[in-house]
Amino acid sequence: MSATKSIAPGRPRAPAKIRRSSVRIESLIVLAVLIAVMSFGSPYFFTTANLFNIVLATSTIGILALGATFVIGSAGIDLSVGSILAFAGVVGAIFGSELGLPWWFAIPACLLAGAFAGWINGLVITFGRVPAFVVTLGMMGVARGVALLMTNGQAVYGLPQPLLWLGQGRVAGIPVPAIVFVLTAIVLHLLLSMTRFGRHTLVIGDNERGARAMGVPVRGLRIRIYMLSGLMAGLAGLLTMSRVNAGDPTAGMNFELAAITAAIIGGTNLFGGRATVFGTVIGALIMGVLQNGLNLLAIPSFWQQISIGIVLVVAVWLDQLAKGERE
Amino acid sequence: MLQLRDIKKNFGAVEVLRGVSFDLGAGECVAVVGDNGAGKSTLMKIITGVYAASDGEVVLDGQTINGTPPGDIRRLGVEMIYQNLELASQQDVTANIFLGREPTRKVLGFETGIIDFKTARDQAEEMIRQLGARLPSVDIQVGNLSGGQQQSVAIARALTFSPKVVIMDEPTAALAVREIEHVLQLIKELKARGIAVILISHRLTDVFEVADRIVALRQGVVIADERRDETTMQDVVAHIVGAH
Ligand SMILES: Nc1ncnc2c1ncn2[C@@H]1O[C@H](COP(=O)(O)OP(=O)(O)O)[C@@H](O)[C@H]1O
Ligand SMILES: [Mg+2]
Repeated sequence: MSATKSIAPGRPRAPAKIRRSSVRIESLIVLAVLIAVMSFGSPYFFTTANLFNIVLATSTIGILALGATFVIGSAGIDLSVGSILAFAGVVGAIFGSELGLPWWFAIPACLLAGAFAGWINGLVITFGRVPAFVVTLGMMGVARGVALLMTNGQAVYGLPQPLLWLGQGRVAGIPVPAIVFVLTAIVLHLLLSMTRFGRHTLVIGDNERGARAMGVPVRGLRIRIYMLSGLMAGLAGLLTMSRVNAGDPTAGMNFELAAITAAIIGGTNLFGGRATVFGTVIGALIMGVLQNGLNLLAIPSFWQQISIGIVLVVAVWLDQLAKGERE
Repeated sequence: MLQLRDIKKNFGAVEVLRGVSFDLGAGECVAVVGDNGAGKSTLMKIITGVYAASDGEVVLDGQTINGTPPGDIRRLGVEMIYQNLELASQQDVTANIFLGREPTRKVLGFETGIIDFKTARDQAEEMIRQLGARLPSVDIQVGNLSGGQQQSVAIARALTFSPKVVIMDEPTAALAVREIEHVLQLIKELKARGIAVILISHRLTDVFEVADRIVALRQGVVIADERRDETTMQDVVAHIVGAH
């Protein structure tokens, strides 16, 4: 750039990063190492059947993590997605099996139930000025409770046959949930990186006051972000319900932990302002491989919770260490 | 062009502004001076819609604008360079310059919300070039820039959409002497183009160089509103510290 006069000479403080990489390279390395370790640890790891297990496991957590990417990118948090998943699944199962409606009613029922719960989250956070942490923790209890109440604590069985395809079907050998996950990721990638909605999501996570001063409609935006997260939980609920052929009010327990972890190890800044969909997909794959590997190695499932929790804390800790070095 | 009529503001029980009025004409530069905590920034944020006034009116070209959201006030032609700049540090220069006003692409005449990256980038580069700001690239993250460079991004953002009124809240606080000269030059150019400027500064030499009028605020009231050529630096200092 040719500059004759200058109001701002001087070098940048940090080495000039022209374009920050779209995903943290560390997470790709972690994924590669994890895959290497698992494939040495178990001869079954690289079988087609097992790889499909991984994608299947990844897609539910992954879809929730896509919502978390937007929420955390905006410096928010959504702890209610696991419960909303169950709530949406129950609503969908009731619409699909008990009301005598055409089978496909279950699909919008799930999605709308999820988006509705997210909308409530967003409304209370923006207009009630209650911190997202508290609101979504409350919703975690409420959505789960309503799901249990609607079903008397019993799973709703007997879904119409065409619905099951969504959870159990294959296209060219690939499980349908994995296809849904990839398509959703592509759409949300475009939304996050190409549109004003995506840009503004990250900006309110970066500097909310500045965003407002520049005319970004922060409240409306925030409500839509939580609705999106709820919608993703509804979609995950739909797939889960179709896979297990039931609306289970106890489904999705603790899934928010894995979803948030996937987004964070995918490079989403816990304090907002930075997030990529591609990073989150890698993060979700890491979660999926970890979970699958622990299963294959016959490590009790309790250890999965422990390992996910540790991964989350370590990921944030490493990020803080890196930040400390930069400053 | 811009009139403030008896603006009052309290934060809870604290009265920060207690009835402030003054006018601003096209091509005029009014300096607002006053001690820290006098209420200068608060007053400016009321003009831009970031804060709601507790009482009083902000009138732009005969139209009352208070109660209007900040984005609409910007669209009416009022821009502000905030004291803390209000940049998004993890976004690049282009994104910051176009924040809240990203150019979008239309598909079949329909608004899509898809950002037109090329247009934004080209215009951002052009703006930076016109300002003569030295930036390695408009693709750089703003958090990686020096204080002075960040300041020029904030200035570029305020000038990109042909404003009528530009408010600068201590725009030279982070700058070196040579850069300050450049900002003063810029203010003169804005005035020559008929743009009204409100300058908040503690540097009275700067104020006397570019301002047509000087408004002194003390504890939320206008203690003096004088033409520059009818006052002296000693008088202004006295107004600020409250020596009489
Ligand atoms: N958001 C706020 N809430 C409460 N008090 C505030 C707020 N903003 C400013 N104040 C108070 O208002 C007074 C004026 O502040 P400010 O307008 O920033 O002064 P100046 O810009 O003249 O230094 C100060 O006493 C400050 O503490
Ligand atoms: Mg101030």
